Amino acid sequence: MLEKLGFRHGVHPPERKELTSGLPIRRMPFPGEVVLPLRQHAGKPAVLVVKKGDHVERGDPVGTADGWMSVPIHSSAAGTVTGVEWWPHIDGTMALSVRIAVDRYALQLPRPRLVPHWEGLATTEVVKAVQEAGVVGLGGAAFPTHVKLVPPANTRIETLLVNGAECEPYLTSDHRVMVEYPARVLYGVRVMMGALGVSRTVIGIERNKPDAIEALRAAIPTDLDVSVLPLTVKYPQGAEKMLIKSVTGVEVPSGKLPASVGVLVQNVGSVAAIAEVFETGLPLIERIVTVSGRGVHTPANLIVPVGTKLRDVIEYCGGITEDAGQVIVGGPMMGLAQANLDAPVTKGTTGIVVLAQSEMRGPEVYPCIHCGRCLDACPVFLNPSALGEYAMRERYEDMEPLHLADCMLCGSCSFVCPSNIPLSQLFSFSKAGLRKRKAAVA
Amino acid sequence: MTTPALVVSASPHLRAKDTTPRIMWTVAASLAPIVLAGTWFFGVSALLVIAAAAAGAMITERLLGKSGSIWDGSAAITGVLLGLTLPAGLPLWMAMLGGAFGIGFGKMLFGGLGQNVFNPALIGRAFLQASFPVPMTTWPTVGDAWWSLRGDNFAFPFTHPVTLDGLTAATPLGLLKFEGQGTSITSLLIGNTTGSIGETSVVLILLCGAWLVWRGLMNWRIPVAIFATVAAVSAALHAVRPSAPGALFMLCSGGLALGSVYMATDPVTAPVTRNGRWIFGAGIGVLVVMIRVWGGLPEGVMYAILLMNAFTPFINKGTQPRVFGTGRRAPT
Repeated sequence: MLEKLGFRHGVHPPERKELTSGLPIRRMPFPGEVVLPLRQHAGKPAVLVVKKGDHVERGDPVGTADGWMSVPIHSSAAGTVTGVEWWPHIDGTMALSVRIAVDRYALQLPRPRLVPHWEGLATTEVVKAVQEAGVVGLGGAAFPTHVKLVPPANTRIETLLVNGAECEPYLTSDHRVMVEYPARVLYGVRVMMGALGVSRTVIGIERNKPDAIEALRAAIPTDLDVSVLPLTVKYPQGAEKMLIKSVTGVEVPSGKLPASVGVLVQNVGSVAAIAEVFETGLPLIERIVTVSGRGVHTPANLIVPVGTKLRDVIEYCGGITEDAGQVIVGGPMMGLAQANLDAPVTKGTTGIVVLAQSEMRGPEVYPCIHCGRCLDACPVFLNPSALGEYAMRERYEDMEPLHLADCMLCGSCSFVCPSNIPLSQLFSFSKAGLRKRKAAVA
Repeated sequence: MTTPALVVSASPHLRAKDTTPRIMWTVAASLAPIVLAGTWFFGVSALLVIAAAAAGAMITERLLGKSGSIWDGSAAITGVLLGLTLPAGLPLWMAMLGGAFGIGFGKMLFGGLGQNVFNPALIGRAFLQASFPVPMTTWPTVGDAWWSLRGDNFAFPFTHPVTLDGLTAATPLGLLKFEGQGTSITSLLIGNTTGSIGETSVVLILLCGAWLVWRGLMNWRIPVAIFATVAAVSAALHAVRPSAPGALFMLCSGGLALGSVYMATDPVTAPVTRNGRWIFGAGIGVLVVMIRVWGGLPEGVMYAILLMNAFTPFINKGTQPRVFGTGRRAPT
């Protein structure tokens, strides 16, 4: 019998996408200052190539890639470098960042540049162009995209899976990209299929975005084997392994990459970013950010220059309300709560969600009553109840045989826990603790 | 823009609606119809016994528990459930002592909510059964007005309670075991038979349980496993030896319904895994039939659940779920 398409378990958080799902993407005006952290992607930070006093045009590099697992950072506005400083980063740490005073009278036109015509290029040249444009995964993890275009040796990619699930509550940036730029998405698909030598593409979209499904279906060119697959609305549908399971029915083996089952997953926003590289030649210097939540006056989907401070974005959206309690970068399920609104929007910033105080989790924690809801929520079938008990006793070694490594920190267990136990935070801690202990032994 | 104090906490920043106190108080509230039915059948005595058991449990939780732990609702459930398993004529001081023992010994000694191995209400009942076997098996009859008192509720502590002989009777299971006398299934379903305060009305217990399952607050696998196993094992026994009671009588008599729906499903003392819950329920079912048919006691639900509680950690260990991307379902 054909296995039912979909993945088991998961949770249904309130979607609250209606706040912004119908709002067209608007361009935000340039802020007075942009701050560009050299560390905006997974892998090695970029290497600084500017100094205080330098003038930069929009699109000029301020940092270059440090090896293969790295991408350059480009200035998102024309202006003058006022300093290279340790600056608050959205991940809660400080990061070496380039501060640029934006030139108020500049036209903000990028320098004229050659647009590579990808069809004449060898795969390695396509990969190089993508890396030089600083393209990373725009779904949040900011994994360098060019690395994904070179699958590991002795694996063969058969299917390109474009991730348009966008399962995080509130976020609608991918949704709007699919509705407004379907041709760009499909151009990016064409480039990727060419570079990877893949013949088949599936675009997975949650059913709560019928306009996006329709727009992409209408835009599919006849010469490409591309299909759009509507998916169940369930969190975390957009997680790589869940998406692959939903679309192909195959479970990616524990500890292996999606390439091991012949699939490559790319976020829809990143696919559009690749297209932009070959359409305009512009590097990744701006991105679409959803600003939403009951704590912000005018929710919006905005094109924001990378490096714009959260404060400036929120202010542009009318500021935060009286009862705002929490500012989250990313979605509310996996996003990071911010302490300092001077931290800038990075390449991986999918959204800024401002929660009202009444929507926030309370601080009270009760003991685990073994109700088992976390087991029924975990999309990778772990036993968070047992793992949590080990984590609280710092028995990280005992968590390894229970597959701690397979936890992707999606937060489904914490979401359902009636005792409000911060399970996914405990597991994040335990992973770090286990690494540290192993390093100490080695 | 002035920035208000922002709260920094770990993701996820949203949570589902059900909280532990909300679950506990809802389960406690779901017992109300059963308490009322008990009062209807066994008089105000029933209400007094339940109140005494609940008071004993909650006072002990207040004295020994963490500050505020009384408001999580778990002690209230323990107390009311214990009260429902007692005979209506029990002296109130005994009911109170049972509640105190259940919480103090059955729960606090292990570390409070979530840490106990055995169901605290049943620990309280087992303690009373061992300490006061005669009052614990003196069952008032049904049929008197609901405002009447039964037995000797107000006996002074540590004196011998007085029971009026004519007003007591054996439970359906006792009647069958010791006198070979049956009871109609209709009475068992409605609950106008002798027995513990809250165990007699099978229909009402099942309805309350169904409501909890519908609300998503109760795990249905354990009671279903118990009922299925009891039915299967007793039907098989009845086929081999017709003197053994049939499946329907086994299912509807004694504390099976109350125990399966409200005690075996206590999440703290039951396995956390899906398969574990099936095994746990099946184990209880087999033990219940064994004790009822071959044991010296007419009823075995309490000991069956307590015995299986002891196996819970082992069942949990043996039934860990298959992790995504491992085992036969994953390609190699």
